[in-house]
Amino acid sequence: MINIPSTVKISLRALRVNKMRSALTMLGIIIGVAAVITMLAVGRGASNKISEQIATVGSNLIIVLPGSTTTGGIRLGSGAIQNLTRADADAIKNECSSVSTTTPVLNGGAQIVYGNQNWATGVYGTDESMVVVRDWTLAAGRNFNDQEIRSAAKVCILGQTIVDNLFGNDDPIHKAIRIKKVPFTVIGVLESKGQSMMGQDQDDVIYVPVTVAQRNLFGRTFPGTVRSIMVKAKSTEELNRAETQIKELLRQRHRLSPTQEDDFTVRNLTQMMQMAEQASRVMALLLAAIAGVSLLVGGIGIMNIMLVSVTERTREIGIRMAVGAKSWDIRTQFIIEALILSLIGGLIGVLLGILAAELLSFFAGWTILISTYSIVLSFGFSGLVGIFFGFYPAYKASLMNPIDALRHE
Amino acid sequence: MALIETDQLEKKYEVGDSIVHALDKVSLQISSGEFVAVMGPSGSGKSTFMNVIGCLDEPTAGRYLLDGIDVSQMGRDALAEIRNDKIGFVFQGFNLLSRTTALENVEVPLLYSKSIPKDRKDKARDALKLLGLEERQHHHPNQLSGGQQQRVAIARALVNNAPLLLADEPTGNLDTKTSIEIMELFVRLNEEKKITIVLVTHEPDISAFSKRIIRFLDGKIVSDKENRP
Repeated sequence: MINIPSTVKISLRALRVNKMRSALTMLGIIIGVAAVITMLAVGRGASNKISEQIATVGSNLIIVLPGSTTTGGIRLGSGAIQNLTRADADAIKNECSSVSTTTPVLNGGAQIVYGNQNWATGVYGTDESMVVVRDWTLAAGRNFNDQEIRSAAKVCILGQTIVDNLFGNDDPIHKAIRIKKVPFTVIGVLESKGQSMMGQDQDDVIYVPVTVAQRNLFGRTFPGTVRSIMVKAKSTEELNRAETQIKELLRQRHRLSPTQEDDFTVRNLTQMMQMAEQASRVMALLLAAIAGVSLLVGGIGIMNIMLVSVTERTREIGIRMAVGAKSWDIRTQFIIEALILSLIGGLIGVLLGILAAELLSFFAGWTILISTYSIVLSFGFSGLVGIFFGFYPAYKASLMNPIDALRHE
Repeated sequence: MALIETDQLEKKYEVGDSIVHALDKVSLQISSGEFVAVMGPSGSGKSTFMNVIGCLDEPTAGRYLLDGIDVSQMGRDALAEIRNDKIGFVFQGFNLLSRTTALENVEVPLLYSKSIPKDRKDKARDALKLLGLEERQHHHPNQLSGGQQQRVAIARALVNNAPLLLADEPTGNLDTKTSIEIMELFVRLNEEKKITIVLVTHEPDISAFSKRIIRFLDGKIVSDKENRP
């Protein structure tokens, strides 16, 4: 039974004698491990950023839009017909088991005025469920109540951008603003969400009761209709089922025969963004896999050097065998040597990879996420590479004939 | 009881179409405590004989009992264990590990034995002390003279308390004066420590130190005589 500490000592000594060669051999592993760590950090950072943005839009979100219609052979675009109502929104909420809540939306652009300031923005007629659907919290004030929605009260909730532009440092709560010359009282201010994935300012928004929007702000050809319905599914897993349920329900409610096309469109927003997230994750894994290939190449470098080392040290192997080293002892010695090479390389690679990722985030402003998992994975893999590629040279050494080995010059 | 006992030992090599009998039915016995010199011209089979009795090479046919154990059919690892346990080697070219100190060189056989790690240093130091190299224990082989290097090699051969010491031309690389010193050392070890020594040489001056001389020619023993110094 050979003892490991002295074998490690022997191996370290052998590696120290050929410093330059050992360093160059390690370089392959260093670059490989560093690349894997950096790539995974960048990739995970990117997909994390996307999921954060998904969260700001609202999770498990589905949007129902009116469909297109054909008038005299001319097909109009999506949303051309006015056939979605608040009743549709309520029906979806009450009858679709996979739906958590819904909110109707009737929006339009409007000029708003406060004191001597004015600002053009998007005004959204909606109800108290909006903040739930979009996972939004209020920074100040309160949400709409049922009473205000039903009675078409002239109250509004402001996004942070509106507050900044109209009020400056003033407290907007209970102040009156005019939207399209109609006076509204501010009852709440939304928490800032920042930019959306498409670069839109999500805080440049005003919410008013949908009833007011219908009655006083955005007149409709068909009164009572809304522009869209936002739906929150119960969970990510139920998104697809919710979509099917909404389609079935609306076809029923709109009395469409089986041959007729849908007169509405259901858009699974979250799914689209999750696909983007998935794509970035796949990309990251792909990059890491390419980096993994360089780790493999580094392993081949180790094997190459170990083969040279075994040949160079044939006489040493002969001496050790003559005084009683078994095949196993010789094999272990060379595998440990390869393992030390790859693990030291792996350690340097981990440090270098973390440094590279930090530099990228510092200078290029990339979002990075270094996970313990990627460190353990790449370090462990470099160890495996060492054992795998060290095995053949070690095996070759252990099979030497002691007499020939001793005679070797 | 005989320490070494061979019975019709054969070793054949195929060289092209012809077969070379490096050992041709060699039967002999060497008792414990003997000091034997093996002589013969090159190609006589004396080196093959040494390799076989040193368990470095396996015979093609015949039987070899070392210390009562039949080793002729053993595998590589079993032979390695036997070498570690029973045989100390001294070579013409010293065969020390160059990047390693004298002390660590002596320690090498202990790495592969069942010795307890913390005893190793002490055992190695004792062996070096016996050969008067205590002060040189931290020197590397290239900082030592030929005679000193050979004494380190002898210390290595003795460190495991092996009953048999095999020396293959141990003075071949040394000057006359040092050669005599080394041979006197062998005589001392043989007489005081009762270590059995088998020595290969082609120099009569060297074989003169032994108590028995065996001559090989063409793979056969041609003479086996007592030697009275």
